[in-house]
Order: sequence, then structure tokens, then C-alpha cells
Amino acid sequence: MSLDKDTVNKIAYLARMRVADDKLEPLAGELSSILDWIEQLQELDTDGVEPMASVSDVTLPQRKDVVTDGNCQTAVLKNAPDSEDGFFTVPKVVE
Amino acid sequence: MSKLTELNIASARDGLNKGEFSAAELAEAYIKAMEAGRELNAYITETPEVALERARQSDDRRAKGDHLGAMEGIPIAMKDLFCTEGVLTTAGSHILDGFVPQYESTVSANLRSAGAVMLGKANLDEFAMGSANITSYYGPVKNPWGAKVGKDLVPGGSSGGSAAAVSGGLAMAATGTDTGGSIRQPASFCGIVGMKPTYGRCSRWGTVAFASSLDQAGPMTQTVQDAAIMLGAMAGHDPKDSTSAPIDLPDFEAAITGDVSGLTIGIPKEYKMDGMDAEIQAMWDQGIEWLKAKGCNIKEISLPHTKYALPTYYIVAPAEASANLARYDGVRYGLRVPGDSLDDMYMNTRGEGFGDEVKRRILIGTYALSSGYYDAYYIKAQKVRTLISNDFKAAFEDVDAILTPTAPSAAFGIGENQDDPVAMYLNDVFTVPTSLAGLPGISVPAGLSKSGLPLGLQLVGRAFDEGTLLNVASALEDAAAFNFKPGGEG
Amino acid sequence: MGYVIKGETCDWEVVIGLEVHCQVISKAKLFSGAATDFGAEPNTQVSLVDAAMPGMLPVINEECVRQAIKTGLGLKAQINTKSVFARKNYFYADLPQGYQISQADQPIVGAGTIILDMPDGTSRSVGIERLHLEQDAGKSLHDQDPKRSFIDLNRTGVALMEIVSDPDMRSPEEVGAYLRKLRSIVRYLGTCDGNMDQGSMRCDVNVSVRPVGSDELRTRAETKNVNSVRFAMQAIEYEATRQVEIYDNGGEVVQETRLFDASTGTTRSMRSKEHAHDYRYFPDPDLLPLVFSDELVEEIKATLPELPDERKDRYINDFGLSPYDAGVLVAEKDTASYFETVAEGRDAKMAANWVINNLFAVLSEKGIGITESPVSADNLGKLLGLITDDTISTKIAKEVFEIMVESGDDPEKIVEEKGLKQITDTGAIEAAVDAAIEAGAKQVEQYKGGNEKILGWFVGQVMKATQGKANPGQVNKLLKEKLDA
Repeated sequence: MSLDKDTVNKIAYLARMRVADDKLEPLAGELSSILDWIEQLQELDTDGVEPMASVSDVTLPQRKDVVTDGNCQTAVLKNAPDSEDGFFTVPKVVE
Repeated sequence: MSKLTELNIASARDGLNKGEFSAAELAEAYIKAMEAGRELNAYITETPEVALERARQSDDRRAKGDHLGAMEGIPIAMKDLFCTEGVLTTAGSHILDGFVPQYESTVSANLRSAGAVMLGKANLDEFAMGSANITSYYGPVKNPWGAKVGKDLVPGGSSGGSAAAVSGGLAMAATGTDTGGSIRQPASFCGIVGMKPTYGRCSRWGTVAFASSLDQAGPMTQTVQDAAIMLGAMAGHDPKDSTSAPIDLPDFEAAITGDVSGLTIGIPKEYKMDGMDAEIQAMWDQGIEWLKAKGCNIKEISLPHTKYALPTYYIVAPAEASANLARYDGVRYGLRVPGDSLDDMYMNTRGEGFGDEVKRRILIGTYALSSGYYDAYYIKAQKVRTLISNDFKAAFEDVDAILTPTAPSAAFGIGENQDDPVAMYLNDVFTVPTSLAGLPGISVPAGLSKSGLPLGLQLVGRAFDEGTLLNVASALEDAAAFNFKPGGEG
Repeated sequence: MGYVIKGETCDWEVVIGLEVHCQVISKAKLFSGAATDFGAEPNTQVSLVDAAMPGMLPVINEECVRQAIKTGLGLKAQINTKSVFARKNYFYADLPQGYQISQADQPIVGAGTIILDMPDGTSRSVGIERLHLEQDAGKSLHDQDPKRSFIDLNRTGVALMEIVSDPDMRSPEEVGAYLRKLRSIVRYLGTCDGNMDQGSMRCDVNVSVRPVGSDELRTRAETKNVNSVRFAMQAIEYEATRQVEIYDNGGEVVQETRLFDASTGTTRSMRSKEHAHDYRYFPDPDLLPLVFSDELVEEIKATLPELPDERKDRYINDFGLSPYDAGVLVAEKDTASYFETVAEGRDAKMAANWVINNLFAVLSEKGIGITESPVSADNLGKLLGLITDDTISTKIAKEVFEIMVESGDDPEKIVEEKGLKQITDTGAIEAAVDAAIEAGAKQVEQYKGGNEKILGWFVGQVMKATQGKANPGQVNKLLKEKLDA
């Protein structure tokens, strides 16, 4: 499996990570070699095998419908790079 | 009285109980050691004030006759992946610049309420992604054993700072986290004990996530007994973590009886890999002989899907990480690199904030989940994970624990193995299968390589049977009688 | 024939499917313990989990699970006792985790049905494909600052049920009926308040067109976040026409997300959202599969209230109401319970007429809902009682009703105070009848000559003399007796 520059660029955008143009090519090479190595999984016959999402064999615990949290605006905003009037702020979004 | 920094948890506990020294004295001794050992870069943030305050509180509790915890007055390093209230938490990443959590992770809170004294936040590979502690934004950690061979060696990773701190006497013990070997491999490289408990044993709440279905916290200590004491203090059911096991904690320390006769130890034939280092093979063979001498039955077993574990891991872990690390977006905490638009700000922040290895893994994970590749990569890997887990289930029908090497080599030099990501990934070849199966594993220092560096052996146990695992590990430790120290004087 | 758009070369029909997001009624959020109340100060109903602080983990709220099961049962749908939460990955300022926890290929509720009650009294069935649980996003405010958008996470993590229909609807009217019916069902169930204007129920409308008679499914366009029934209907009309025009001009409709502009009643492309979307769903490793027992489903089933369809059948079968009247009365739970109070122990048809014809006119004139009605159900019932026991005539009742609308008073009190009680005293009526006959010698002649219609003149005279309070039946009877004698 070999990834080209364009594909790397597309994935990098999906992941919202700027990758410098001159780094795309070497990165494509590295990722391709990782994927080549992963490719060996295809030699295994896994028909009828259940995919394993978790090793836990317990079921999902549920909590009661009680308000136990929130009301901590200061803590929520404490580390914000930029906030105002109780809001987080981001560069203006035009829809 | 021996030097305070030469004590371990059990012996310090005795000394404190006898009043030979105070927790504050212990903390002061370690603060001095920590300062003297800065060259190792084991800590990202030192917290001497926190340490002294907690040590004094511990002394107060003792003076008043209050309830004392299992880690009362014990100075430890906290891997900087655990969020600590009011103390900078970085995950070894630029992207968490200046992040001071307003909450305490369950594991660090448990340790605190057991009386532990936090010396500082230990260095690690960025977001726990790495096997050499060279991906940290805060610089590489040096293995204390390097001094002995006159070379800068890696401590292993990702819990490299924790391992170096314990090995170098900069902490009595440390927390680690293990996703594919991040406790066990650095423990092996640094000549200490490192244990990854069963998935679900320690709460993941408040620990910066790497791969949610694999991440487990565990103790990194000087002895197996210490690991048992510390695990008991860290672990336990936490309703805030949906994957935390609702199981009572046994007394791990009491499980160490010294008697392992009659237990069956499995030796997986697939772990004898082509081109395996003769020293590693010899160490393993020696381990088998030691356990045999302790009265264990040795049985060759087969874990047929072993060779597929690493490639499976390098789909599963990056896929989960690609989503887990999406929250580092410059909006609510950490680094923000300005941009003209929201997207621009995201791209700039994440482009600058993440290092190369983290980026590689996010890209692999994003790709593996993307439309058209999901079945071929992610689902395929999940299916192989089932096969790997089934291998272990079948094996544990016949054996009580499995013995393997921890890592395929001793510690290597900083700068080696760095050009080829896949070569670096191979460091975890013996530890990753256990992680995928969610089973407990422990690395015990077993001996020295020809060049004088520590080598560890790994024991793997049944799910939630850490007691048996610790007992066998203790027997192995006893037989190995590993009492070498880094730093040349031996 | 239904809703057809005339094209240049052929007639077109429209194919519509809806995705409706219903905010679940619960005290706390789906995966955190923060409150769900509407309208709090920004970022006050936010836990560290909602803000996606490092290491924070989701734990599911059992009430949200029960509400989803309940709604599934109300939709006569398959309940899946094992379902899986998945992460839907995308970046947006009001999505702190960088993914929404939702359900993908294993939702909690599978296929079901909604019966539409059309205005002409007919019914139509629309398939439900699925219902799944997911987290709501936060809110972005774009008008606070020239260079920045402001982010409030109060709604982040509130539980939503996304209810997806099959592409079974063929006209804006059917979509209107679908939304009203769905809203009615969730309100009966108490699982969602159904208030579209507050955003607790919003819909995405998928529209495609095809030549009448064809069964192909052409490319659809999705119009997002439509927040009223009327807007949904407008959006469909606009979309259908737009797409037919494209085909007429030899073009192709592109699959895309569009935004409804309420000020113009049109939709426009949201090109910004089109850029490389790939949600990369995968099972959320922080959560295990959601599993519950059949017993839980049965237990919830046993607590279900009577739903609009069953209630409508009861009104038709037990009360003898027309399907149309029954449909109108059951549409809103509050209307139905108002009606039942009025009809309690009385003539149900009469009660239905008064509610639908008289009360609804007042409510719509005042622009208020039935819960704010100036005439209480008890008082309207009493008014009907006064008619039935001959205390007042229907005509007087209408006057009394008007006074009730203004004052909100008890009709018995009004009748008493205004002296509107019907005269049933035969002596008094007889005197008025005698006086009328005496005064109308000419009319008596006409009556005797066979003009029976002239009887109305005598009735009028009697009513005038008694200020309309004479019992009309008795007046008629007496007049006939005397004139025929």
C-alpha cells in the first residue's frame, strides 16, 4: 500500500494538521512503509471472526439521572487561550 | 541506617513505622536527589513544595494516630500523563502548553489518599507514543545505566522518565502507563520492576488518553513486593470510567507467598523469533531454569497469531488515538497558534503542537478509519485482535503464567533506531500481544547483558489474576537476585 | 393524484425522507452529570467531561436509555437490546471532543412506523428506519464580535434521539403531518417536549424528485436544521421546484448539504461543509456495548400511556366521532385531555363540536394554546350540562360562552346573574303564546290556509316577549296545539 503526497495532504486536512509541503513526500514514504508492514494482516483468513472492540466482557454501566456536575464555569474556562464574558472564543466562523 | 534514597517502599514503610525517619526527611532526601539528577531529564516538572507539604501532612497523620495508607510518606514520581490538580500537565507535548488541570486523575488521587508524596511529573514520550522516550517535547530522558557504559542510552518508553527516576534513585517508585509495553519495556531497560495490570484494573479517568481500549496505569518499582503494594493503592473500581472493572481488589502483597511449586509456566514457541539476540535467548532460558528450580512445571505453548500482534496494534492504537487527540484544538486549553479562520487555527495549532511521531500515528489512524479503508484496516485489525485474545484464552487453559523476554534487546543509544519507525515499533514485539488481550504483565530485572546493561523477563497472567502473577514474579526475582545498580559503582 | 410538479417534459413527484433530532427529556446530560436546563449563563451547565478536558470519560445516563426505548415503543419499532456507541469524527468549534458520540450501524431502535392523519381524514403510513441516541453539540454565536465567534457549551452533550424516516413522503403536506404526528407521539410519551421554536426538535429534510410513475431514487439534497413545520414544508416546495428546473435544463442535482433561509423561504448550498467530509465512525472505546434485558423493555412497555392512534380509535369507536374530529382532538395531548374533561359524563359528539368549532375559533383568534384557554374544560363541560338539562338553549349558550371567553367565569354563575335561565314554566309560555295569537289575526288566517311556515313568526313573537328565554320546544308544541285546535 503506497500513499502519495495528495493522499497524505487529504488525511492531514481530515486530521486538521498542517504539514509543510516539503515534508509531505518523506512523510508519504514513512507512512507507506508502515502500511506495507501492516499489510501482512491480509494473509490471515478472518472470515466469520468477530471484531474485538474491547477486552472487557462486562456490559456498559449506567448512571442515575441526577445532576452531579457543572456549575464550574471558572474551572471550565481556566485554561482557555482566549475567552470573554463566559464564552470560549475562536476565529470568526462564516457559515 | 542506609541512605534514605536507597530504600524501597517496603523498607521505607518499616523505617517510618519504627520512627527511624520522617516522611519529610524522606521527601527532602529525594528532592535533593531529584535536583542532583537533573541531567537525566527524568522530570518535566519538579514539585518539591507539593512533596514537602504532603510529607508533612503524612507525618501529622502519623503523629495523630490517624488512619495510615499503604503508601504513607512514600515519595514517588508521577508520569506526566496523569492530570494533577493545580500542577502543570503536559503529556510530553507542546500542544498542552501551560495546561493546569482543575482536577486530579483517579489513579493519582488514589495514591494521594494512600499517603503517597508526589515529587514531580515524570518525562515521557509525547502522548505516550514511543519506545525510547525520544519523542518528548521536553527532550529525551537519559537512562541512568548509560554512565556505566559511557554512552547516552535511552531509558525505553514511553514511561522513560518514570523508569529513569526509579532506577537512578530520583524517586522511590513511579507511576507508569502501558498501552503496548510502555511500562514493561522501560522497566527492562532500566533494571526495575514494571507492571501493567489487567485492563480495567486501574481507572483511566483523568489520565490523558492515547488508545482507550489498551491504556492501563501501573506501578514502576524497585521490587515485586513494592509493585504489589503500589498497585493495591492505585487500582480499584471507578464509576467514572465505564471500562473500569467492578471487581473488588485482592490483597496483592499477601498474594506473594514465595511458594510457586506446582504452578505451570507456559513458554510460547512463537516468541523464539528468527534472528533473536542470543543474549536474550540465554536470559530467557535462564529464567525457565530458575522457575523450574522453584518447583514450577514448564510447558511449551503456542500463541499462533503472535507475529500479527504488532501490525494489529499499529492499526488499533493509532485509530483510537486519532480520535482521542482531536480535542487538542487550541480552543479550550493548551497551545493556540493563531490563524485567519477556524480551520486555519486548527491546522496551525495541531501542525505546530504535535511532534513527528504523534503526527505519523494520527495520520495512520485517520487513514485506517477513512471511508474505503475501514474494513481493510480497522475491522481487519479488530478481528485479528480477537484471534490473538483467543490464543491466550486457549493457553491459559493449561498454564498459570507465561514467561517471555520483555524486550528484544537491552537499552540502545539515544539516536539509534530513529530513522525507521517500524524498527522502533519492534521494541514492543513481546509486550504488545498481552496489551491487545488486556492481560496483566510484569517485567522483572533478571540479569545483565555482556555490556553490563539490565535485561528483563516478562511474566503474563490471567485476567484479574495479578496475585498469581506477582507471586511468580517474586519467585523469579528471588532466583535472579538482581542487585545491580546503575552508575558504575555496582 | 397527489403533489405533482409540472416539468417541461414530464410531471415530477417528490420523494422525501426526514431526520428529526429530538432533545431527550432528562435532568442530566447523556454522558455527564451536568444539567440540561434551557437558557442558563454560558458555560455554566458544562462539566469537565462536556468540555473534553484531557482524560475525561463518558458514563451513560440510564434515563436517556429508557426514554429512547420508550420512544421506540411509541413508534411501534424494533428495540435492539444490544447497541453500540460510535464516534463520529469532525472538527467544529462547538464540538469539544472533536467527535460526536452517536450510534452508527447498531442503533438502539430499528424499524418502526408512523401513521399520518391527513387533513381529508385519510391515513398514510410512513416507515421509520431507525432511532439512535447521540450527543448534542454546543452553540456558536457569530454576532458578538467582528473577528471572533463565541462558544457556549451548555448544550454540549445533551441527549438527542435522531429519528430517521424511510423516503416515504410525497408532498409537503405529508411532511407536515409527519412532523406533527411525531411531535404528538413524543409529547404523549413525555420523551421530548417537541418545541421546535426552542430547538428541542429540529429536522434535516432529504429531498429528491423523479418522473411520476418511476420508482428510481435520484440524488437527494439535504436541508439542515429546519426548525418549524411550516419551514420544512417551504423548504420542500423550494427544493422540489429547484431540482425539477435543474433536470429540465439538462443538469444533474448534486448530493450536498443545504441551509434553509427562513426570510426568503429558499435553500442555499453550504459549500463550506462539503469540503472533504469523512466521519470515520468507529466504536467508542471508552464505552462498552449498551445491553439491556427484554424484561426492561416489557417493564417500560407496561408504563406507556395511551398514544394518539389508540386514542383516536377509541374516540371513533366509543364516542362515535368522525375520524377527522377524532384526529383533530388527539393531535395534542393537552387538547385530548381538555376534550375528555368536557365530555366526561356528557354527549361526546356535542363536546367535540364545541371544542373544535367554538373553542378552537377563540384560541386561534387569540393566538394561544389550549392550556392558556380562558374557558376551562370544567366550565365548558358545565355549559354543555346547562344545555342538556334544558336550563338554557343552544342559542343562549353561545352568548354565555362569549361571556366566559371574556371573563373566564363559571357558566352557572353567568346564567344566574344575567337571568338567562330558560323559561320552562308552561303558564308563562302559554301567556306569551296566547298574546301572540291574539296579536296576529292575519297570520292565524294564513296558517289555517295551509302556510305552516308562518309558525316561525309566532315563535319569533314569543321569543321577543320572553327575551329568548322560552324553551323553543315547548313554544312550538303549545303554538301548534292552540293553532290546530
